[in-house]
Amino acid sequence: MPAPVIVATDLVKKYKDFAAVDGITFEVAPGESFGLLGPNGAGKSTTMRMIGAVSTRSSGSLSILGLDPNEHGPAIRSQLGVVPQQDNLDTELRVRDNLLVYGRYFGLPRAQVAARADELLEFAQLSDRAKAKVDDLSGGMKRRLTIARALINEPRVLLLDEPTTGLDPQARHILWDRLYRLREQGTTLVLTTHYMDEAEQLADRLIVVDKGRIMAEGSPASLIREHSSREVLEVRFGSERNATAAADLAGIGDRLEVLPDRILLYAHSGEEALAEVTRRGLEPITSLVRRSSLEDVFLKLTGRSLIE
Amino acid sequence: MSAVTAEPRSHARAWFVTEHKIRAMRGYTGTIIATTIGTPLLYLFAFGVGLATLITSNVGPVPGISYLEFVAPALLATAAVLVAMEEYTFGILLGLKWNPIFVGMNSTPLTARQIVDGLMLFIGIRMLITTTVYFVVMLAFGAVPSGWGILTIVAGMLGGFAFAPVAAYSATIQEDRGQFAILQRTVILPLTLFSGTVFPLTQLPAFLQWIGWLSPLWHASELGRQFVYGPTEPIWLTVAHVVYLLALGVIGWQLCVRTVARRLNK
Amino acid sequence: MTTTLDRPRSGGVKALYAGNARAVVGRGLLATRSTNWIIVLTGVFEPIFYLLAMGIGLGSYISGVTDARGDQIPYAAFIAPALLAVSAMNGAVYDSTWNVFFKMHFGKLYQGMLATSLGPLDVALGEISLALLRGAAYGTTFLLVMQALGLNLSWTALLALPAILLIAFGFASLGMGITSYLKTFQQMDWIQFVMLPMFLFSATFYPITVYPEPIQWVVQALPLWHGVELVRGLTTGALTWAMLVHLGYFLVMIALGLIFTTRRLRALFLD
Repeated sequence: MPAPVIVATDLVKKYKDFAAVDGITFEVAPGESFGLLGPNGAGKSTTMRMIGAVSTRSSGSLSILGLDPNEHGPAIRSQLGVVPQQDNLDTELRVRDNLLVYGRYFGLPRAQVAARADELLEFAQLSDRAKAKVDDLSGGMKRRLTIARALINEPRVLLLDEPTTGLDPQARHILWDRLYRLREQGTTLVLTTHYMDEAEQLADRLIVVDKGRIMAEGSPASLIREHSSREVLEVRFGSERNATAAADLAGIGDRLEVLPDRILLYAHSGEEALAEVTRRGLEPITSLVRRSSLEDVFLKLTGRSLIE
Repeated sequence: MSAVTAEPRSHARAWFVTEHKIRAMRGYTGTIIATTIGTPLLYLFAFGVGLATLITSNVGPVPGISYLEFVAPALLATAAVLVAMEEYTFGILLGLKWNPIFVGMNSTPLTARQIVDGLMLFIGIRMLITTTVYFVVMLAFGAVPSGWGILTIVAGMLGGFAFAPVAAYSATIQEDRGQFAILQRTVILPLTLFSGTVFPLTQLPAFLQWIGWLSPLWHASELGRQFVYGPTEPIWLTVAHVVYLLALGVIGWQLCVRTVARRLNK
Repeated sequence: MTTTLDRPRSGGVKALYAGNARAVVGRGLLATRSTNWIIVLTGVFEPIFYLLAMGIGLGSYISGVTDARGDQIPYAAFIAPALLAVSAMNGAVYDSTWNVFFKMHFGKLYQGMLATSLGPLDVALGEISLALLRGAAYGTTFLLVMQALGLNLSWTALLALPAILLIAFGFASLGMGITSYLKTFQQMDWIQFVMLPMFLFSATFYPITVYPEPIQWVVQALPLWHGVELVRGLTTGALTWAMLVHLGYFLVMIALGLIFTTRRLRALFLD
């Protein structure tokens, strides 16, 4: 097995007394697509900034591409591509100029950057917008341009912080498709997300993070297998009756979660669980059977929803 | 009209806008107090006392007027113009674009006219405070020989009001490309310096004196001088200053209502 | 390989500087060309307007001023070098405060730059070089205007150009560090407020002998006075040994400013 590109051991980041990242340990192998899943404020972005060599750790050890970010910031960053949570494109420059200038920040020769910029505009499906102003692009286009920009130096690792947050469903799917291609080409991806569908789509392996700590680790499928049932039955009785109905549902399926607006019943077969609910004489206003997702894993592990 | 909500009268609604602007200014209390008091102190000292030591010949149209007395009414008018300009430019574009409170106000029963009226009232209040403080500092420097001097406050405010057409222009700006900086450097600054403010207009070559005649700042400064140490000019000219300043202000105000209404109605 | 130190050391110059400040300069020139060239262009008029109004307009009421060697010189020749120094200061302060403030808090431009192999020192040097380029362009134009009006009294006026670059460098390097502490528009307004008395009282429009002695000392402690005196000495040709003190003042200011700014940038962006 090749040497890992990222090794983090007991990584801690403290802001005064508050530990945003509180001792996390993980490795990322070359070519892997690695995800950090967790709610807002879990410490994902802070971890990403430490990996990106723009934030000094408080304790623990960290090695990126075999180098310590405290000593070799510029050298590490020259091998990384960074897509921050909020686009920070250069609005004073036009679309293609954004790529050219960014490439020059890496000290790359002009001709090489120019050729690469055209390829990346193609890849980001922005070739016809090369001369457009950044402010005139849609949210999805800006995001694709930010990703194209992060690829200008042919990075060994691409860091993506919440790559599709705030985008409409169509724009998300276009973006996922682009990222999927990068994965196929062997680029190492590290991404954070609070969308479980995104983690399921893009990550080979992920850690579930909450309050600066790792709650679980594994592939999306194995996490679901380990921490949830095959299917979930969601029933609603109206916000007034949910709590009383929950008492009557006890014993159906493996486990039950009462949320403010609905009740989740975890069972191998959702249809059988629903049949049992009706047999007990309960009549939910709506019912839905679906497959377990990472959202359910997170709920099981922390007792809280991912999106609050 | 529904019976439960009383309909406030139009000018009362304009006051809501003024009130909002006053509240929003609170965050800037420190710098505003410091600038309002500090600026007249610094300028009157630098020009009226420091620079005055170098001035050997008489600047006034009649003998016996000190350089301090000559320059002070112009500095006061300039201060009023700068305060007003800040609101005519940044104040307008802030409300329409950067932090679009006018757009928010427009989704309540407030109309464009009421918004602009409220803003003008707010500018009036700001100018009144600035010029009053300036006048008090002038008194302290002994720069006001005439008992009519207090009217220089009105002259300064009229000068600021007369720049209202700038507000109408600001409301048409869709994208900030530094227009205000350009306006400041190519129009406002030359008007400030070549409008008979720090030296008499007659000192300019004849073919440049029209700059002063057009400039509200020249009219406001000359008007202020009439109150501070005048009269030194025929009465018709004094009336002309007032009429010119008022006319520019009213036209600018009305134009501004129109451009703001058009912008909000998009 | 991986260090296992519990308390990480802060890196040396390698962690701060990639030797690529020119990429930041390149970006600035491109941005100027594509968006705000007209603002940069109109900036050249400001000191010229002042010179015409104060030097020529008001100057006719002033019989003359004495220079550092006690010779009588025309008033315009007295204030022109001061305006040159002031414009170097203003340009550098604007570039290193408002401009940096916006890029830092609104454009998030530095965040993007520092995600690449650039370090904070590359960014600081790049931004300062841009300010100096602009200062050199303005300074050259103004010196040409002075020449046309016959206000350069000696060949040493040629040395005024490097002198104003030194002044701009001093203000820019310090200004960036100060801006890094500021978070709100209110705080930015204070910069203007502090600059105003310095502009008015640093022997710009009249000699400081007007003031009582203690006030003279205060003025002489401030950087602009040193800048004005240095440039004035060069354009009037009234050279004195005191000019070496002015020169030293700015060299120290640059050194301290650079150390201060780089530390601040590191704390802000790499912590």
